[in-house]
Formats: sequence, C-alpha cells, structure tokens
Amino acid sequence: MQTLFEFEKKVDKLRKKIEELKSMGKFDPVVVEEIEKKFQKKIKEFYGNLSPWDRVQIARHPDRPHTIDYINNVFTDFIELHGDRHYGDGKAIIAGFAKFSGIPVCVIGQEKGRDTKEKIARNFGMPLPEDYRKALRVMKLAEKFRKPIITLVDTPGAFPGIEAEEHGQSEAIARNLLEMAKLKVPVVSVVIGEGGSGGALAISVANKLLMLENAIYSVISPEGCAAILWQSQDKVKEATEALKLTSRDLLKLGIIDGIIPEPLEGAHRDYETTFKNFKEHVLRALDELLGLTPEELVKQRYEKFRKIGV
Amino acid sequence: MLKKFFRKKLDGEQKPQSPVPTGLWIKCENCKALHFRGELESNLMVCPRCGYHFPVPAKDRLYMLFDKGTFEELDIDLEPQDILEFVDRKPYSQRLKEAQEKTGLKDAVINAKGKLDGKDVLISCFDFRFMGGSMGSVVGEKITRNIERAAEERIPFICISASGGARMQEGIISLMQMAKTSAALALLEERGVPYISVLTHPTMGGVSASFAFLGDVIIAEPKALIGFAGPRVIEQTIRQKLPKGFQRSEFLLEHGLIDMVVERKDLKNTLSQLVELLS
Ligand SMILES: [Zn+2]
Repeated sequence: MQTLFEFEKKVDKLRKKIEELKSMGKFDPVVVEEIEKKFQKKIKEFYGNLSPWDRVQIARHPDRPHTIDYINNVFTDFIELHGDRHYGDGKAIIAGFAKFSGIPVCVIGQEKGRDTKEKIARNFGMPLPEDYRKALRVMKLAEKFRKPIITLVDTPGAFPGIEAEEHGQSEAIARNLLEMAKLKVPVVSVVIGEGGSGGALAISVANKLLMLENAIYSVISPEGCAAILWQSQDKVKEATEALKLTSRDLLKLGIIDGIIPEPLEGAHRDYETTFKNFKEHVLRALDELLGLTPEELVKQRYEKFRKIGV
Repeated sequence: MLKKFFRKKLDGEQKPQSPVPTGLWIKCENCKALHFRGELESNLMVCPRCGYHFPVPAKDRLYMLFDKGTFEELDIDLEPQDILEFVDRKPYSQRLKEAQEKTGLKDAVINAKGKLDGKDVLISCFDFRFMGGSMGSVVGEKITRNIERAAEERIPFICISASGGARMQEGIISLMQMAKTSAALALLEERGVPYISVLTHPTMGGVSASFAFLGDVIIAEPKALIGFAGPRVIEQTIRQKLPKGFQRSEFLLEHGLIDMVVERKDLKNTLSQLVELLS
C-alpha cells in the first residue's frame, strides 16, 4: 500500500485526471500530449520548491528505501554479524560484510522496519547501546582486515529509555565517536533518510559524508526543537526552517561532502534510480579514499571535523 | 558590607557572582533550609544540613580547585557567532547577549591552566548559567583546544561538565562538536596523558554522549542528574514513571558507568591524587 502525504495527493489528483483523459480516447493525442507536458512541468516546479518540512516528510516516508533495501539491491554476498559481545544484539542496527561493486566492504546501517511487527522488532530504528557497540565491534573487524566501511544513517535518534540509560547510552555513543576517529580504513557515510542527532553521528564519523537529496540531518528533531524553544508543537515548521537540516543547507554549511540526487518525486517513488545514483556516488567517494594511506585517512577525517565551528 | 567581607575571606582574589539570587540568605532547594550566604560559600556551596550541592559558576569552581593565584584563563578571545541566524521566540544573537551580560562570560566554558597541589593541570569548566551550559561551536572549540594543548604539553586534562547538551541554536554545527571533541581525545590517548572527567548537575545529551563520558576516570558530584536523554523525554517515550534515583550519580555508579561519586569538599584532593598516580 502506498502512503501519500498532502503534497503528494495534489500531484496524484492531477495525474489521475490525465490518465482518465487518455483512457477515454476521445481526445486528439496531440492535445493529450500537450496536457501531459504541462503536467510534467508542473510537478517539476512543485518538487523544485519543496519546503524543508516537505523534505522532513519525504525523509521519513514509510515507503522510502531502507538500509535493508540497499543491502539487498546495491550490495551482494551480504553476511550479517550479530551481538556486541557484552550484553546483547541490537536490532536497530544491521552490521556485516558484503561486496560493493565487487569490493569486499563492511556495511553498517540503521533499520526502522517496514510493517508494524518489524518496526517494533527494530525498535523503530532507535539504537540501544548494544547496537552501537555491535557497530563498533564490526567496524574494528573491518579495520583489522583492511576493508572500507560504508554506513547508512536512518534513525529518529538513539533510544531514550530506562535500559538504554542503564547500559550507558552516552558512553556507547561517545566511544563510537572517538573510535571512529581513529579508524585506519576509509569510511563513507550516507544519510539515506533521517539523521537524528547523536544517534546518527555515532555511526557517521566519516571521511566522506553524503546525503540523499531529501534526507535530513539535525541536532534535534523539529518536534523536539519546537517543544523546547517555542514550547509549542504548532511551531514545528518554523523549527524545521531554523534548524537548517536539509541536504542543501548542510552542503552550504560545509558539513557534508556531496548530495546524492533522488528521482523527481522522491526515492520512494523509484527505487531503481535511487540505487543507481547511490552506487555511483558512493563508488566515487570510495575511489577517492582508496588511494590514501591509513595515516592520511585518519588525518583527513580529523581535519574534516576539526574545522567545523569557529 | 558583610557580603563583601565574607567574599574576601573566602579568597583574596576577585570573585565572580554566585548563581543564586544575591542577598544574605539562601534557601536550599532540597531541604528548604535557609543559610547565611557566607556560611554556604565557605562550605563550597554545599548545604551544611542536607549535603545538597548548589550549582557553581565556572570561575568559582576554578578558585576552588587551583592553588591560590596560580591559574590563568586561556582562549579568551573566542566569541560565539550566530551562524544560522537562528530565531525562535527570541533571536539567538539576543540570547547570547543576555547570557553574556548575566554571566560576564563570552560563552559557557572557561579554559584555564594552573597548579593543583603544585602540579600543572589544564581545566575546562562549564558554566550552567550560560544558556544551560549548552555546547555550540565556541564550547566545542575551547574543549578541543584544551585537549590538544594537553596532548602537546603533556599536561593532565580535567573537564568539569554542567550542560543540558548541544546548543540547538547552532544546529548541526553544535552536533558536530561532539565528534570534534571526541576525536581530539584520541590524541590524548595516543600520548598517554590522563583525562579526568567530572560530571556535575546536570550533564546531559550531546555533552554527556561525547567527551564527558570518555574520561580515563569519571567522577560525579553527589546526586547530579547525568544521562543521554532527559527524564521527561524518556517518560513520554516509554509512558512509564521512572524509578527513584534514576540517572543520578549514585545510580550510575551502581550500574558501572562511572568510577566514583565524590563530594565537593573532597574533589580537589581526589583530583590531585589521581593526577599524581596517573601522570
Ligand atoms: Zn539542604
């Protein structure tokens, strides 16, 4: 079943009308073609002017390709590894090894789950300390065996819960930040959907940070920001604008290294094109890093983050 | 007059303002007892009746820890900027100005170098009065500089945190300070220079989930609220009441997340001993 948001409904109404016209067969094909052209122009215009809040909706769209979809369609020979070797096996992060364009790589990504049952099992993509510690363990394996690391970011944030705190959520995130800074292999991170604060950062201390065009990456969710700073949920759009969380904003601010274009109506409307673009951009990013020595990789990553701020 | 007298008595040097309203009498937030300001100050802002640790302005904290007349402030030139031109109910630029006027500080952290029981140490100390001790680019930069300095000069680093987390008004740039500061700690690790993290009330969010939890040794003041997510956010998410004492220092100690809970009166001695043993 397709989920449609407000802005998509408008477009779909128009599309249905055109199809109706076509199927009636009463009109001159030239006229129909003319209308079709106008329609195409209109949706281009429409999608060219999405507000940051529209993009938040697309980034969280339930039909959007998830980590699992990338692993199944862009990677081959995937083997999943489990457990943090301390306490448990987080289900919100998938970690393992696979081939990417024929190259053995480590792949780690947050998975929100698709249907209700899976969403609950995946904790809605909100990692626990166990998730972060598993991710780190597998990244360390990648370093040991000199394999590049590709991480896929898609989380509302690290899980706020009693167990998460008891197991050291803060420490788990912090440890990943420090350890990822030291990794002697290339790290490419891609925000494929929602980059939710520290919970996203904990797997994206990368040499190259890319974002899908409609992905978002933010210090706090627009809802959280509106609640705290505006003390009103009605101000969520204002908070979204103020936070500068779209891929274009982040490129302008020098936080990300590139934007992976999405199909006109968003990644969820055309998986094939999304995967193709993903592959092309990640491969290019990897290519640029594969020539660097381990020391150069660590230095490049350090300097990348060192210069953010004043 | 009396106030001046007591302040002088505590330390001969110039003293900044205390966090609690000025006046001769201060009410303890915990046990509601009234204390004479001077009495409280000479007790390091700890309630003599119930042991409640009042928040301490960064400068006062530095005077408590460094040997008298030995410390100098560092990186004083750094000024916060409104990079995103952020406006919520008030412009960020105005919030900054108000915080600066209220505290006499440029941002929420002071860097200092001096002697602790005769030993060189570098300290970064948060001031919660400045926008809830939130971490934006200046805070991140100052912490990073002090860490790099500690690595360079091989001087033990002490960070005293009191923060609500990342500063929302600097958006993603605040978030990235978590990575920046944590990456810098890798340098300290490499050089084998000790880093002691002191968590005071409260240490939450992006500060907690970066350098604050990366100390070689982690100390907390009694009953401080320490955690990743705020208690209210957790309650709303899991729709459950939180257990008593949840996310307090003693709870963290019990769960193996910190090394010790140290009362303020013993903090200097504990730090001194650790620096002695680890250097
Ligand atoms: Zn009291």
